[in-house]
Amino acid sequence: MCLGGTVRNAMNRASSAWLFLTPALLVLGVFFLLPVLAGLGLSLTDYDLYALADIRNLRFVGLANYWELLHRPLFWDALGHTLYFVIVGVPLSMLASLGTALLLNSQAAKLKPLFRTALFAPVVTTVVAVAVIWRYLFNPQSGVVNFVLTHLGIGPIDWLGDPHWAMPMIILFAVWKNFGYNMIILLAGLHAIPADLYEAARIDGASKWRQFRHITLPALAPILLMVGILTVSGYFQLFAEPYVITEGGPLQSTVSVLYLMYNEGFKWWNMGTASAVAFLLFLVMFAATALLWRFGGGRGEAA
Amino acid sequence: MKFARLIGIVALAVLVALPAGCAAPAQQGITLEFWTIGPEGEAVAQLLPAFEQANPGIRVRVQRIPQTAAHEKLLTAYAGDSLPDVVQIGNTWIAEFAALHALEPLQARVAHSGVVRADDYFASAWATNRVDGALYGIPWYIDTRLLFYRVDLLREAGFAAPPRDWAEWQQQMDAIRAKSGDKRWGALLPTNEYDQLLALALQQHVSLLRDGGRYGNFQSAGFKRTLSFYVGLFKRGDVPPWTNVQAGNPWQAFGRGDFVFYFSGPWNIGEFRKRLPASQQDDWSTAQLPGPGGPGDSVTYGSSLAIPRTSRHQDAAWQLVEYLSRPDVQVRFYELLGDLPARRSAWQDSTLQGDPKLRAFHAQLEHMRPTPPVPEWEQIVNMMQQVAARAVAGQLSIDQATAQMDAEAATILAKRRWVLDRQHGHAQ
Repeated sequence: MCLGGTVRNAMNRASSAWLFLTPALLVLGVFFLLPVLAGLGLSLTDYDLYALADIRNLRFVGLANYWELLHRPLFWDALGHTLYFVIVGVPLSMLASLGTALLLNSQAAKLKPLFRTALFAPVVTTVVAVAVIWRYLFNPQSGVVNFVLTHLGIGPIDWLGDPHWAMPMIILFAVWKNFGYNMIILLAGLHAIPADLYEAARIDGASKWRQFRHITLPALAPILLMVGILTVSGYFQLFAEPYVITEGGPLQSTVSVLYLMYNEGFKWWNMGTASAVAFLLFLVMFAATALLWRFGGGRGEAA
Repeated sequence: MKFARLIGIVALAVLVALPAGCAAPAQQGITLEFWTIGPEGEAVAQLLPAFEQANPGIRVRVQRIPQTAAHEKLLTAYAGDSLPDVVQIGNTWIAEFAALHALEPLQARVAHSGVVRADDYFASAWATNRVDGALYGIPWYIDTRLLFYRVDLLREAGFAAPPRDWAEWQQQMDAIRAKSGDKRWGALLPTNEYDQLLALALQQHVSLLRDGGRYGNFQSAGFKRTLSFYVGLFKRGDVPPWTNVQAGNPWQAFGRGDFVFYFSGPWNIGEFRKRLPASQQDDWSTAQLPGPGGPGDSVTYGSSLAIPRTSRHQDAAWQLVEYLSRPDVQVRFYELLGDLPARRSAWQDSTLQGDPKLRAFHAQLEHMRPTPPVPEWEQIVNMMQQVAARAVAGQLSIDQATAQMDAEAATILAKRRWVLDRQHGHAQ
């Protein structure tokens, strides 16, 4: 009797758990799983304007969209630009976040609330509005940035027209725009480190650097990993910045994978190709995140 | 669909609820949905009261779509079965929406119309509305590209008149540059805008696509001549290799005299009048595009009025199209907004004849060429400019660039070839 009661009890608990989960699962299913599956299906077809006009013009093409993309120089260029943005932008962004968080957390810092707000402000501004202002600032002829650089003796740089300088400018913009968010998270992490650890280290005569290396970093490691993963997946989805500032140019040097997808899908209505681009980007992001997880996880264990 | 049914039920309920004494004449209750793109909506709203007065049964509701979102919005509306009764449509999009069977053919209505007469329209503008023999839109206003130039600076360099052909144009720009000690550029041709190269390419009278729009024709001798001339302007240093993002504010730069020729469209007549000081208003003018051997052709842009197939008030919609096509209404529209009338007779009006800066446009309108009517055109012409920009940057030779344009055009047109071959197969 007693045993049966436990089983029934467990079953009841399981079914009520499912009952509570149902709304969330339904929402996830309808608004996430279904569109993803539809997108996957779409990427195996050549859905385009002609198919929109007459469904008999729709062909199932298998993996042809993927195959063609992998043979298209522009796709590899876009992937290269995106990786460049991620590989340079993410570490810069993390360093800026960590640096400002440490400064704000230090004993010597004055007017903390003011600086915290000021440094966080770019995060809550609208990308498009700020990007337009940056376009003015970095204008090669009349921009403030080149004005200052020229006075410092560094020749004017063609930020918007030179294919080598457009991406660095986009990276600068993205780092400036985004570091405040991670800064706040890291600041919370710093507050959570018990002060007596530092006190003990000081008594043992540990230098500031060794305190940072052996207390702050290990304590922050899990947060750094999470922030890193979020930043990487965010930076892979580069779109608004080049869309507004450079329109993908000059010479397509700032076309990102997502920009390519937007052009294919919403400008030229090649939904099949656009979906294939999206899934390829998903695979790349999945691999990058998995690597980061392994790498970060290993370090976490060592500490 | 369900939504439409819901509206139907609500409408029915309202009708039933209305007292029988209120029953109106049969015509009453027609509300035409009219979608406009960009600033036209605001101006056309001032023309509509007269139309509604003359046609008491018809009311017009104007919806304005922003320029940048217009193409997507129209496609989405088509996919969602919610296109309006009358729509303003860019004339380079006609082929695309005709391929979608989204638009009602209008040639039968034109044949019986007392207002719309084909021969009164600028020929090229009319031609952009025809796809495979059927007419899908009536030109509403015209837009083209020609040269704005600084009269004073050109005279300073020793020339009394704007250039008539390419050789003269190049000569003038060389002189301007030399005279100013390389302080001035000859012209501004932003490397990320395709209008300029396209206009110069259309002047060659060689089709940019071949085999009925199945393949690109960029390796033709004509296009290569144009591309060599275009790339040469940058190589000689007559034109800065800038995108329009780098160029910043072109009106200021034109006013400062950073460059003497500016390749642009009719809206800039208003902009220059507004943005340049009164003392400078006599220093600029407009000129027809120079061509390879004498005055050249230009692009045919502008908007047409079209009636979507799904409209349930097509007779009333046609009445609105006819009203907006009347020469006097076209002149009024020009006065409100500065859009160039698509009808020759409207240009006889004193308002248009009296403006010296418009004269070059009037001449240019008789020298325009349509772009190939294939749905993929926008994508092809964007690709053309991207490859041309790489040639300007020195990454590709003329032969490499044109070969790449043809290769990419072939890829873009692959689906079109398949669809055409299939239709052909069915027909046989």
